[in-house]
Amino acid sequence: MTGSGRPPSPADLAAGSEEAEAFLRRTWSTPSGFLAALSTVDHKIIGRRYVATAFVFLILGGVLALVMRIQLAFPETRFISADRYNQIFTVHGSNMMFLFAVPVMEAMAVYLVPLMVGTRNIAFPRLNAFSYWIYLAGGLLLWISLALDTAPDVGWFSYVPLAGPQYGVGKRADLWAQMITFTEVSALAVAVEIVVTVFKLRAPGMSLDRIPVFVWSMLVTAFLVILAMPAIMFASSSLILDRLVGTQFYNPAEGGDVLLWQHLFWFFGHPEVYIIFLPAVGIVSAIISTFTQRPVFGYMPLVLAMIATGILSFGLWVHHMFVAGLPRLGSSFFTASSMAIAIPAGTQIFCWLATLWDGRPVFKTPLLFVIGFLITFVIGGLTGVMVASVPLDSQVHDTYFVVAHFHYVLIGGSVFPLIGAIYYWFPKMTGRMMSERSGRWAFGLIFTGFHLTFFPMHILGLQGMPRRVYTYPPELPWAGLNLFVSLSAFILAGGFLVFFIDALRSFRHGPRAGPNPWNASTLEWAVPSPPPPYNFRHIPVVESREPLWMSDETLAVATGLRLDRRELIVSSVTAGEPEAREASPADSIWPFLAAIATGIMLIGSIFSPWAVVWGAAPVAITLTGWFWPKQTREDES
Amino acid sequence: MKERVVADLSKLPLHGLGSASLTFWGTSAFMLIEGMGFALAIVVYFYLMSLAPHWPIEAPAPDLLPGTILTLLLLVSIVPNMLVARWAKQRDLRKVRVGLIVMTLLGASPLIPRAFEFRALHIGWDDDAYGSIIWTMLGLHATHIITDLIDTIVLACLMFSKHGDNARRYGDVEDNALYWNFVVLAWLPLYGCIYWVPRL
Ligand code: HEM
Ligand SMILES: [Cu+2]
Repeated sequence: MTGSGRPPSPADLAAGSEEAEAFLRRTWSTPSGFLAALSTVDHKIIGRRYVATAFVFLILGGVLALVMRIQLAFPETRFISADRYNQIFTVHGSNMMFLFAVPVMEAMAVYLVPLMVGTRNIAFPRLNAFSYWIYLAGGLLLWISLALDTAPDVGWFSYVPLAGPQYGVGKRADLWAQMITFTEVSALAVAVEIVVTVFKLRAPGMSLDRIPVFVWSMLVTAFLVILAMPAIMFASSSLILDRLVGTQFYNPAEGGDVLLWQHLFWFFGHPEVYIIFLPAVGIVSAIISTFTQRPVFGYMPLVLAMIATGILSFGLWVHHMFVAGLPRLGSSFFTASSMAIAIPAGTQIFCWLATLWDGRPVFKTPLLFVIGFLITFVIGGLTGVMVASVPLDSQVHDTYFVVAHFHYVLIGGSVFPLIGAIYYWFPKMTGRMMSERSGRWAFGLIFTGFHLTFFPMHILGLQGMPRRVYTYPPELPWAGLNLFVSLSAFILAGGFLVFFIDALRSFRHGPRAGPNPWNASTLEWAVPSPPPPYNFRHIPVVESREPLWMSDETLAVATGLRLDRRELIVSSVTAGEPEAREASPADSIWPFLAAIATGIMLIGSIFSPWAVVWGAAPVAITLTGWFWPKQTREDES
Repeated sequence: MKERVVADLSKLPLHGLGSASLTFWGTSAFMLIEGMGFALAIVVYFYLMSLAPHWPIEAPAPDLLPGTILTLLLLVSIVPNMLVARWAKQRDLRKVRVGLIVMTLLGASPLIPRAFEFRALHIGWDDDAYGSIIWTMLGLHATHIITDLIDTIVLACLMFSKHGDNARRYGDVEDNALYWNFVVLAWLPLYGCIYWVPRL
């Protein structure tokens, strides 16, 4: 106790003073109230918000999937029109890829990475707030356009010339392209935050070979985002320019080229699969390690395999374009590199199996989803090797075989691990446990529902059913399987329903979790659940790869950070040696306002190029407001 | 969890400079993103060129004068730019202020030849794909000059305000200088593409 009227000092905190801790809490906390909620820069609040929003988009996209399956259940159904169907599969695909799968992984990183590297907030917290708002705006744009019956309708890869000025009437393709810009801006912003957080904000002693595998996976993912996403931004901006001001990028009559679109799109789109899948590698490693109570086998091979996957993923884009008629030699090269990616994937699977084999796995819900992931992803990988070979790809191109394959990869490779991750980290994020019994039901329904839904699609594809058709004639032999698939889709949806109900109920009524309910080894479990606004009372000092599994049950920490301002530790890139103390920004409304200004400018530019000119001024003003220092504690030094 | 104190961080400096500063890394990451953007523009340029029977498709090569003046101006600006960075490192407020005013002028001056560059291209953005890509290259780069100019102006205002004499702000000045170097360096390959490749 200080008792003397002076503010509590770091020494008081080290001595265990509750008054000092309360003081620290006040420094870091977000006040209550609507405006404060719009202004918060706490990575945990933003991360939770981000995850929840992404799951809302999953539900909405799932509803569209069911609508498609109702339409396809019987031949010649009139449930929805062809035009509606086109909008719906486009919005389903775009929503799942751009508004759910990528953002949800980044959202998990926004929440978890700072805790896992032992710091008090993410690098660039205001940029983090901005990225959430801009993401939300992009999502609303897409869904409002669907509600107004003017949604994009040319597929999630929006191929020209269909999406170009000649065939793409109205504003549909422009809406798609601008939605891309919104989500890419947010993804790039988060990627920068993650890279800098992992490089510079790690706890003292967390050298490169002590970074948790999950954090590695998010770091590699962030680099993929940084290197891949500019390509799609370039592609979609050129598309808008072609449509709005008459540039000729994709117009062959004036020296443009439609394949240019495909190259740019898949230069992004192929790494995109790994942007979704690599975080899952981190999730799976974390879950397997915890539920076998063993460090994951082969830390170095796992990390190297992730880096190799990241690099190889850039060599593969052309395999999406085999039927577009590329030179022969090029095709074989890309076939070879498509196959090469099986090597790191095999390494990862081997490491996980070895860990499971060596430990005594406890089959709680998170681990069940991991097992489901392993099975499903292997099947998806096998059909992937099949479509990576030119002759077969030419056969099944644009049939339901492909639809089956990529759902195996996307749902098997990322949604299964993700749901496992929610069961696993839910106690940390909310302070409460989800139900084990519901978890088993959810897993059973999702796993069987998934395979019953998507396995038959392979057969439909081999039987020649093309993708993106809104109905089919009864003479063709597709009706039976289609009905079966549609019914199974409802089993799958039922499984998701169980999961969502469990999550909502547990959020309020689940049993209290305690700081480390699974006896896990990484730093996020060293703090209470949910963590206090400042994350760590004292910055931890990392002495091994599994800091929480040290024998003496205590956490090594460092003292000396100020309590009266938001202070972080900046450390060196390789060794994690502390270099400086750094003030972390206060809450601010400006990122929110900047997102609104940016949103108005981007949406306006769908209608008039002048919107960019006039819209730039409010953006500049809000950004200046954002960066302009106030006389706060963060500023003095 | 019980805590065991093993280190005291109170002696660390209150703000990191150079590679110990977060904004340095953030700026670098954004330069990587934008560098990808410029690289893509160049790749698209050569891709379209490889498809075209003639290059430029239907226009004379651009006039050299405005683009070359701009290039020289940009190259000259590197010297004061480096000086400002050095003064910021020395925390010399007076010199930094002067330097930022100079850099504001040197940031604004390239916009004059740039305005003539667009006309010197002899082609509209909507005439053909060649016109589209070179207008895009110029436009992309002009945006970078303008944003960095605004950045420099805001920073100059800051340095003249009571917030100026502060480790963080000096770091911002250094990062701003770093970014300007990037804007200048990114121009050189674009300059080669726009003005010299058509003359090969
Ligand atoms: C929840 C169960 C899901 C069902 C029943 C489902 C169903 C479908 C169906 C039937 C199509 C084909 C539409 C057509 O070609 O006519 C489709 C397309 C697609 N789905 Fe799903 N899907 C589901 C979840 C997901 C998820 C989680 C993702 C991504 C993470 C995803 C990504 C896509 C993509 C990218 C397309 C291609 C859209 C296009 O062709 O433009 N789906 N889905
Ligand atoms: Cu691919």
